[in-house]
Order: sequence, then structure tokens, then C-alpha cells
Amino acid sequence: MMLRFASTIYAAFIYGFIFLPVFVLVLFSFQASLFPIPPFNGPSLRWYAAVLADKRLIAGLGNTIVVALSTSAMATLIGFLSAWGFARFHLPKSALMRGLITAPLTISYLIIGMGLLVFFNRIGIPKSLLAVGIGHVVINMPLCFAIIYSQMGDHQANMERAARDLGAPEWKVLSLITAPLLWPAIFASFFLSMTFSWDEFVISFLLTRFDTTLPVEIWNLLRAGLNPKTNAVGSLVFGVSVLMAILFEVFALRKRPA
Amino acid sequence: MILPQNRVAWASVSPALGWTLAFFVLPFAAMAAISFYPQDGSGPSLLSYAQFFNSPSYYYALFNSLEVTGLVTVISILLAYPFALILADVVPERWQRLALTLAVLPFWTSYVVRSYSWLLVLSENGLVNATMVKFGILSAPIQLANTRGATIIGFVHFFVMLLTLTIYANLKQLSPNYRKAAADLGAGPIRSFIHVVLPLTLPGIMVGAFLTFVLAIGDYITPQILGGNNELLMPQLIMMQIGRRGDFSSASALSIILMLVVTVAYLFCARWLKIERT
Repeated sequence: MMLRFASTIYAAFIYGFIFLPVFVLVLFSFQASLFPIPPFNGPSLRWYAAVLADKRLIAGLGNTIVVALSTSAMATLIGFLSAWGFARFHLPKSALMRGLITAPLTISYLIIGMGLLVFFNRIGIPKSLLAVGIGHVVINMPLCFAIIYSQMGDHQANMERAARDLGAPEWKVLSLITAPLLWPAIFASFFLSMTFSWDEFVISFLLTRFDTTLPVEIWNLLRAGLNPKTNAVGSLVFGVSVLMAILFEVFALRKRPA
Repeated sequence: MILPQNRVAWASVSPALGWTLAFFVLPFAAMAAISFYPQDGSGPSLLSYAQFFNSPSYYYALFNSLEVTGLVTVISILLAYPFALILADVVPERWQRLALTLAVLPFWTSYVVRSYSWLLVLSENGLVNATMVKFGILSAPIQLANTRGATIIGFVHFFVMLLTLTIYANLKQLSPNYRKAAADLGAGPIRSFIHVVLPLTLPGIMVGAFLTFVLAIGDYITPQILGGNNELLMPQLIMMQIGRRGDFSSASALSIILMLVVTVAYLFCARWLKIERT
């Protein structure tokens, strides 16, 4: 009984700690006055209106969506192809190559971004959204590879063989048999990449100049100090992230047919 | 069934390999190379590294980073472990999924937004100060934001969630038979926890601790937003090299030093990080 009580108190404390900043962020996004600090005098939607009227933020949002969608598609596609290649064929030095592909997972984004900055600077690729996109594929593709590779089983291999025996060319086997069988893993990879790309800051910060992504635009807003507009845009970003996380959860945890 | 290598096999793995080589291995090589060519235009030398080891303001950034990261890792484990234990043992089975999902929901806030949110809580007129003054606990607001403490709180917030996940997963994998056996042999709940459960969840703790260490030591945003100007951490020092000084050589050298530190941490944790196929 005592233990149950103590557990409840402790859990409440941790939940409180975890939710405190999010609560304050969202609450004061509805602040009516100029500062997101107590006392709360809302609710008001004026700061959401201010976000929607801010051309830079909207442009940043558009850029973020384009970068997130295209890099996630790219990362998922080449991650899937390589996962299939490594799972189905006997390649020399397979473990080494798989290690190489997953290596970026162990390096911090800051260092990956620095490397790309130095490299692009050297070979003359200007700072741009394209440069950011390349960086986002570098960080997300290993993840897609790892997720999809872990789901490659014998059961799909047998179906692939059946399709091949019936005369299907390799591209048809991949698109009509393998991809549909693995679609939960493929969608999970895609959505996870989307979430990471959506939130990614440091690579975008290093590799863009004027035209940039939403996290960098939010960062620029921070120079103005505490501002309910930052709360409003932050709450929106959080909402989208949670939505993507839920989608991820739904697809990733769907059990494969045995 | 595994097929012998053929053209299709190589065609399927080459985009991923090519991408990794072109945009990960090559940039890394470029960074390594440039770190030996100091900004001042002199020939190849170890000057960019010497600069780090010779100037206290540089190597203190690494000490600060190690201190902050170490504290964050320990505090996060101490907070997360009991919480994971409660989720796994006390919360009824059918509510666990929801409880866990809720507990990691703010995990999905972006780094920038999360740090900014803590600024709202900790700033001079923020929630904590306003509440404390209102209830007479404090007579005047105290400085909470722009301190090392704020950086640590911001980090701990994130890593408590991460560690709760890894430790919870580890606890759930544990067969209840271990504890039954300990109880049959006469161990009370405390002894059974210390001698049976805790050692068996060490892998979960170490995986979480390693992730915490790697992610925290490489993070620029949290210390930059919450830490103020009193001290620099390693990522801030690296960003300063390119921001203020345009010194790519020094930034590269510092990045490589940071990476070596992470590698040492990896080697230290490696025996617990083996992912076993079950």
C-alpha cells in the first residue's frame, strides 16, 4: 500500500517534469498580451494569426515540408533497395559494407553537418536546401536500412522465388512482392525519417544561408527573446511531430503476418 | 535462401553505398585533411590541434562538456529507473502502453522548441520564479535560466524519456521466473532487486547511458539556448570557430577530437551494446 502510494507520487512527479515545458509552451501560445509569462490572460489566437502572417515562417514551413518529403522518400528508397540486396544475395564483405552504411548513426549531426560544410565548401556546392537535403538523406538512410533490413525474412524470400519462377523480372518482384510484404517497415522508415527531417536543426543551420527550414527560422525568432509568437509556432511544430509519431507507432507496431 | 551475387545485387546496394561514400566518408576525409591545414595558410601541421591543447579556454570546453554530460547521464538514470520500474511493475498491464506513450510524448518536440520551452519555465519572470514569488517562497526572482543548471535540466528532461524507454524495454524482457526463483530462495524484494533485477537490467541502462552521452555531448542547441555565456561546451566552441572566425581547420580539428571522445565512450560501453538476436 505504502509502495503504491509512493509510486503514484513519484510517477506524478516525473509526468509533471516531462509535461511542464510543453504545457507552458502551449498555454502561453494563447496569451493575449505581449509576453509569454504569467499571469495568463488569454485565450487569444492573435499569435497564431501572427505566425500565419509571417512570410518567413511560412516559407520555412514550405521548405521544411519539401525537404522532409523528398529526403524521406529518397532515404527510404535507397535504404530499402540496399536492405533487400544485403538480405537476399551473398555479397563479399557484406558485414563491412553494412557497417559502413549504418556508420552515420553513431556520429552526431553536428559533425556530419561540419563535414558536409567543409566538403561542399571545397568542391564549390553553395549553401542551399539541396545541400540540406543531401545531409538529411545521410542521417536518415542508415535508419531506414536498419529498420527494413531487420524485417527481411525467409518468408518473403520464398514468395519472391515463386514470382521469379513464374517469370517475373526482378523489378516486378521488388515492386509487386517485396515492397507490399514489407510495407509496415517501409512506412515506419518513411515516417521516422519525416519526423527527424522535420525537426532537424544543426545541419540546416550549417548548410543554408537565406532560404532555410522552419527550425532555423524558429531559431532566428529566439533572438527576439520570449515571444508568444514563438510559442504559437512551437506548438504547431510540436503538434505535427506528435501526429507523425502516432503514425509511426501505428505502422511500426503493426504485426507482420506470420 | 541466399542467392549468389549478380548484377541485380550490386545495383540494389550501390545507391546506398555510393551515397554513404560520397556524402559521409568523403566529407569526413575532407574534414580530417583540412584539420591539418591551419587557417593561416601555413603548410600541413598539427597547429589546429595544438591550439586546442594549449589554450585553456579550448580544453575547458571539453572538460565542461564531459562534466555536464556525465552529470546529465547519472541524474537521468537515477530519475528514469524508478519511473521505468513503476511503469513495468505497478501500472496495470493494459494501461502500460498508454502510460509509456504519454511519458515519451514531449520527446517529439524539436530540440529548438524544447529548449525554448524550458526558457519559458526558468526565465526571470517565468513560471517557476513567478509561482515562487507569488507564494512567498522567494522574495525576488532568482537566476535559473542562462546557467549550467538550466542546461542540465533541459538535457535531463529529454534523456529521462529516452532512458525510460530503454530501461522499460529491458525490464519487460526479464522473465518473472528470475524474481520468483529469488523469492523461493528466501530473498526479500529489496535483495531480489539488488542482486537479480538490477544486474539483469544493466544492458538497458548502458544502452541508454551511451545514447545519452553521445547525443548530449554533440548537442549545440540546449547549452546555447539555456546555458548563457558563462561557459562554453564543445559544440558551442566548434560552432564559434566557423561562425565568428571562419576557421574551418580549427572547427574540423575540434570535431575530430569530439568524435574521438565519443569513440572512447563507445569502446567503454561496447560490451553492453552488442545487439543480440533473440
